[in-house]
Amino acid sequence: MNRSTLITYGAAASGVLALALFVGWWQVDGPGTPEPAAQRPLPLTQMKFQMTDQDGSTVGPTTLLGNPSIVFFGFTYCPDVCPTTLSDISGWLDDLGDDVADMNVVFITVDPKRDTVAAMAEYVSYFHPAIQGWSGTLSETTRAAAGFRASYEKVATEGGDYTMNHTASVFLFASEGQFLGTIDYHEPREFAVPKIRRVLTRA
Amino acid sequence: MKSSIAATVFASCLFIGLPTITVAGSEDVVVEDAWSRASIGINRPGAAYMTLRNTGTDPVTLVGLETPLAMMPDIHETTTDANGVSSMAPAGDIMVPPGETVSLEPGGLHAMLMRLQIKMVEGETFPLTLNFADGGALTVDVPILGIAARGPEG
Repeated sequence: MNRSTLITYGAAASGVLALALFVGWWQVDGPGTPEPAAQRPLPLTQMKFQMTDQDGSTVGPTTLLGNPSIVFFGFTYCPDVCPTTLSDISGWLDDLGDDVADMNVVFITVDPKRDTVAAMAEYVSYFHPAIQGWSGTLSETTRAAAGFRASYEKVATEGGDYTMNHTASVFLFASEGQFLGTIDYHEPREFAVPKIRRVLTRA
Repeated sequence: MKSSIAATVFASCLFIGLPTITVAGSEDVVVEDAWSRASIGINRPGAAYMTLRNTGTDPVTLVGLETPLAMMPDIHETTTDANGVSSMAPAGDIMVPPGETVSLEPGGLHAMLMRLQIKMVEGETFPLTLNFADGGALTVDVPILGIAARGPEG
């Protein structure tokens, strides 16, 4: 190996190293940095929004005080995540049995334009009877999501339809309204059920 | 003359032989545990799930879906980011390597059934045709379970 070959290899190696460092910087500190983890939801006592439940009653964050709560966002035109979340939660509630009798379990739509009170009422009727469906105006939906630090976004699909990207985590609150934690989308039942049980036992 | 006949015969053999050469793979796909959820009316899109097992020695690629149930069936994928935000997008072609299984399951890949033509009724089934890159196709009968079903067993 002569001198010039060595120089060529050396240059190539430092090029590769520089590229690796750049990629590392991009992903960790640079523009490619993942968004910081979502902020914690506010306590229910500090949230302000008004919606209508599946029975036509006016509801809001203070309606939930007095009992522990499970709250999650979704929309009924969602073919995959939302029925899966609702059926997962129905399964957790079945496992918990009578212990959930006084628990609030609330599904808030991020798509009130299509998810009217009637649409929500029909949809939740197919799942565990404890699950409520709340629907509000667009601005009240924005206020609700802000309180829970949840996000959602309307996304156009083929053929002029649209779908909604949305926070799929399930939020847990104590009966006094403080935020206690989340159950992540698709968390296995063996983790989810004990989390809910802990919320119930501190109430 | 003789040689041109031979050439023609050879060419037609090649032509006839081609489809059997190109349709390599998709006949080795086994579909298991297909299921879907009943729909409320026909306005909302449906979803179907299954596992695709490639028992052959060549990779196979699922390129599209057809069903009389929906005008726009397509493979979509749900992803959930670090902040817990779920989104859904067309998944494109799905390659199943030889000897491997690809699962269409809740929260991941699924057959998205857009523009339902008829209501999905619990207890019924519907035919879903899987089209593969090699030109092969496979039609499966997908059972329709309850709206709150969690898996192929209900």
